[in-house]
Amino acid sequence: MKKLKRIFDKITHGVLFTSSMVTSVTVLLVIVFLFKEGIGLFNQTAVENHVVVVVNSANSVHELTSKQVKDIFNQDITNWKEVGGQDLEITTRSIDDLAGQFTEEELGTDMVNLPTLIDQYISDNPGVIAYFPDTYLKKDFRSKKIPLAKISVKEFISGVEWYPTSQPAAVYGAWPLILGTLWVSLGAILLALPIGLITALYMAEVAGQRLRNMLKPVVELLSGIPSVVYGFFGLVVLVPLIQRLFKLDVGETALAGSIILAIMSLPTIITIAEDAIRTTPRALKEASLALGASHWQTMTRVTIPYAKSGIIAAVILGIGRAVGETMAVLMVTGNASVIPHTFLEPVRTIPATIAAELGEAPFGGTHFKALFALGIILFIITFIFNMLVETVKTKKV
Amino acid sequence: MSDHKVEVKNLDLYYNDFHALKNINFTAEAKTVSAFIGPSGCGKSSLLRMFNRMNDLIDGTRFTGEVFVDGQDIYEKNIDVDGLRKNVGMVFQKPNPFPKTIFENVAYGLRVNGVKDKHFIEKKVTEAIKQAALWDEVKDKLKKSAMELSGGQQQRLCIARALAVEPALILMDEPASALDPISTGKIEDLIFELKNQYSIIIVTHNLQQAGRISDFTAFFYMGELVEWNKTKTIFTNPTDIRTQNYITGRFG
Repeated sequence: MKKLKRIFDKITHGVLFTSSMVTSVTVLLVIVFLFKEGIGLFNQTAVENHVVVVVNSANSVHELTSKQVKDIFNQDITNWKEVGGQDLEITTRSIDDLAGQFTEEELGTDMVNLPTLIDQYISDNPGVIAYFPDTYLKKDFRSKKIPLAKISVKEFISGVEWYPTSQPAAVYGAWPLILGTLWVSLGAILLALPIGLITALYMAEVAGQRLRNMLKPVVELLSGIPSVVYGFFGLVVLVPLIQRLFKLDVGETALAGSIILAIMSLPTIITIAEDAIRTTPRALKEASLALGASHWQTMTRVTIPYAKSGIIAAVILGIGRAVGETMAVLMVTGNASVIPHTFLEPVRTIPATIAAELGEAPFGGTHFKALFALGIILFIITFIFNMLVETVKTKKV
Repeated sequence: MSDHKVEVKNLDLYYNDFHALKNINFTAEAKTVSAFIGPSGCGKSSLLRMFNRMNDLIDGTRFTGEVFVDGQDIYEKNIDVDGLRKNVGMVFQKPNPFPKTIFENVAYGLRVNGVKDKHFIEKKVTEAIKQAALWDEVKDKLKKSAMELSGGQQQRLCIARALAVEPALILMDEPASALDPISTGKIEDLIFELKNQYSIIIVTHNLQQAGRISDFTAFFYMGELVEWNKTKTIFTNPTDIRTQNYITGRFG
């Protein structure tokens, strides 16, 4: 009997140990995977694998950034002197343009002649810049390959343009996305904080037992609504309302995202803040009241200071929830990757970008890795918020 | 009008269905110490909490009868409850200092009652701490957290906190029950001192304590005020058999 008990104890211990280890290892693996994929971006150039960018050998330009390449092919830059070369007009040629210049006869079967033709064409035109797969690169190629600078961490974070599908070189500048995320979250917090705290205070301190018993389930119900439903509500109700109210061309704005996020983070803020406020010992409140303090004075001078760390934790967790939220924001913010200047402009957040673009990014390509790098940034932002919660929580009077 | 410090007339108190106080009639005079004694749950604390309307904070309380403090019906409709509570100080069973500095604990009552003058607050705080016989122990650490004090010191701080707003009446709900004998002795000495200036009503479980410090003693049993008289009389010559039994330690 005693032996059986001991075996049972051992088994329980083993099961508990395994499950906790499995959980921890899984979490760690996810993070390792995220970082492995994301960091892979930074030893690559923004050109797709096996594509080369080529200019005439007489061209004095030796290196271009992805942004310059993008601008050249968008005809925003039309002369080589703008990128440090001689005064010469730029002609751009994609692989389709190149192949289209020749007849099928000239190309031969399976386009066997194309490498020679390309080589000839580029040698003949000093102002040309072209890109094509490196299989069409002739062996003794006479023109000059332009190496693109590797994507740098600094460029990735501080770059202001996000053109992941631009050809031949994508531009990954996450700054508008980071700002978009922070703007939407900041707006959400500005809205949710006062409302959430006042509600929590009301529920914990003012409302009677019966009203509280009614309010609390309603608030908790709010957190049970799927985020896509919030997004739907936002798209159908909120967006047109904002459009009409502020007389905008489009209602999909940072403001719409902030409002939806505020509603979504309210339950977190209210529930945690209310619990914190209710931990204030009754004896302290009575002591305050017994000294002639009013209910209000007791709240502001005793209850709130006592619950301060819990309230701050509630706020930070609320923000954390808002920063990572994807679906609802994706649906109502308009997803324009530009740096926002007011709350009434469309913005794009990091989670929304990842969700929207992952499906079309070729597996393992630079775009794919860039999205993972965005994931790292998001992870770091939320990680900072969580660390803040921990430090605030442990700082008790 | 009456010239008693505290007067209770035909008071019945209920917590929901529980009849906590049954037809209480009681008076206390100025500058005396009255002790409420009786077994647990006899209603003595409930009566004490009637005098500064602390029972208002508990859901489901209702009462009939009248309570006067300084001749004023404190349950009258337009009464200023905060003002009443400033005038009737309270010391609780367990020391409950605020998680603030020692100085701020004592200054709290003044601040919430609208005192802004820094020098006045400083003077009052010093006076109150001295009165509570705590000055020598804390004078060098007024800016330190009150939570660093010992239990007995904390309780004297709570008394200082109550004294700082100069109440006319001080209620003490078993103020020494959570303290060691030495701290208890200090609190008793303090009460003895305070009697010269304040009216005090103290709830206590400790019969010797009641005998040592009080002028009048009221014995409560099952929500009734069984007997109430000069302390000496209660302890030497009680009229009711229940008082006699309690005092001689037959129950309670």
